[in-house]
Amino acid sequence: MLRRLLSTAGLEFRIALRNRWVAMGAAMMVLFSLVLSAAGAAPAGGLAADPLSVTVASLVSLAVYLVPLIALLISFDAVAGEAERGTLPLHLTYPLSRWELLLGKLLAQLGVVVLAVLAGYAAAAAMAFATGGLRAAEGLAALWRLTWTSALLGAAFLSLGHAVSALSRRASGAAALAIGLWLVMIVLYDLGLLAAIMADDGGRFTTQVFPWALVLNPADAFRIFNLAASEAVDAASGLAGAASSIAIWKPLASLILWPVLAAGLARLSLARVMP
Amino acid sequence: MTILTLTDLSKRFGSQTALDAVSLSVSAGERVALLGHNGAGKSTLMKLVLGLMVADDGTIELAGHAPGSAVARSLTAYLPENVAFHPSLTGRELIRHYLRLRGQDPRGADALLERVGLGAAARRRIGGYSKGMRQRVGLAQALIGAPRLMVLDEPTSGLDPISRRDFYALLDELAGQGTAILLSSHALSELEARTDRILVLSQGRLVAEGTLAGLRRQAALPLSVFLRARPGQGAALAIAFPEAMVEGDVLRLSCAPPDKLAMLERIAARRDLVADFDLSPPSLDDLYAHISGRAA
Repeated sequence: MLRRLLSTAGLEFRIALRNRWVAMGAAMMVLFSLVLSAAGAAPAGGLAADPLSVTVASLVSLAVYLVPLIALLISFDAVAGEAERGTLPLHLTYPLSRWELLLGKLLAQLGVVVLAVLAGYAAAAAMAFATGGLRAAEGLAALWRLTWTSALLGAAFLSLGHAVSALSRRASGAAALAIGLWLVMIVLYDLGLLAAIMADDGGRFTTQVFPWALVLNPADAFRIFNLAASEAVDAASGLAGAASSIAIWKPLASLILWPVLAAGLARLSLARVMP
Repeated sequence: MTILTLTDLSKRFGSQTALDAVSLSVSAGERVALLGHNGAGKSTLMKLVLGLMVADDGTIELAGHAPGSAVARSLTAYLPENVAFHPSLTGRELIRHYLRLRGQDPRGADALLERVGLGAAARRRIGGYSKGMRQRVGLAQALIGAPRLMVLDEPTSGLDPISRRDFYALLDELAGQGTAILLSSHALSELEARTDRILVLSQGRLVAEGTLAGLRRQAALPLSVFLRARPGQGAALAIAFPEAMVEGDVLRLSCAPPDKLAMLERIAARRDLVADFDLSPPSLDDLYAHISGRAA
């Protein structure tokens, strides 16, 4: 089982390398990280926190958009592309289970996401050390937390991409669905919550429903967990600040459960595919 | 020994019947061709055999196992129609992967590619291969592990005549080793009479079955006879063979197979008028059109 899974992962990673997904993902992360840390360097002087912690706080709001985007971009083709090329029925006649096929792809693509994230965060950390000197070392724990939670967030959205890919069966349709999913889960979800809070004006929704609504979305859970655990909450956006009262285990549980749940969704979605 | 047995197999998609009570069997070492138009049910039948789809009625047995089961998968090789492997990979990388999936030593990849004539291209990316070369990669993966049953969906479409001949030579070799082969085609002329048995599917039903010679005999299509007159004898020849049609400077007659000798005698009797003659049997395409047309 492991051999087939690893062989699938190896092949997929090779494809990702040659399709320049690795280079593109890393370039995107590095570019945005450098821009953000350059922009964040100026006001950092007035804060008590070390420069790396401040950088991490701004990286959180970057990662919450970019990591799901990169994950969906490299995963939407996984099933639909194979169905279109005619290799999906072939793979399913091999002694290779649908789980092995999905997990092999997930492993390879998670490698791509992690590489991109590492490149971006390393660039930002280098900037922080260059401007703040050794004081920046105080923020290393926050950077490490940001890195592994980014991997979990990436894994969740990779599997969601696989689910979408199996649902649509055509690469073009899968791409549209993936972008739609990103818009709804990352952008519209927060806007919707914000609108609901304004309408509610401190009522039951704000106190009872809203904290849970935040935790249930993996992107918001990622943001809350990183900011709540960090010293530099001051730099956080309004939403995360409002949710600072949420117990830390809730977003953590959400971050750990989402990749498992999404992988299950992808598997269910692939089960419906009759090539 | 029978490798594959289909009994009263039916498959419907909504109100459309893709396969209607099809029964057939394929023995070890036998090459069976499945013939039919696009949409006749060939691919559906193959996907049912491979366990990619589930039949509505009837049963399939693959050396005593259910289609799609772990054992059945390990015994079966498949070449899908128009398969396009990822262009970024080399032939070698792809075959090594497929070897690992079947639990075999990936070092066997070069020998397999050599066997289908891709030894020199093994390290090049598939994106740069010609259509024939891509089809050979597909064939190389189907050769892994000496399968008991090979299912090949339109394997020779897009191949040039030389590659097609090589391909059938390879099939002969496999059949000689006891592999049962089920392949599909949409034209009799593509098969080159290199199969043991031909099954004709039309609108999901099995309408004819037999060897090429047997199908020819059954159809009893007329032969065409062409007569060329001696100089100046055209009019006299036309009177001697009043049923003939004039096509340019030759006369064309049709002749039922049992009347061949009688026709020859008639021609020989008028050798004073006939400069030359030709006799041509019905083409494979004519034969196929007749069989599938009769069924419709």
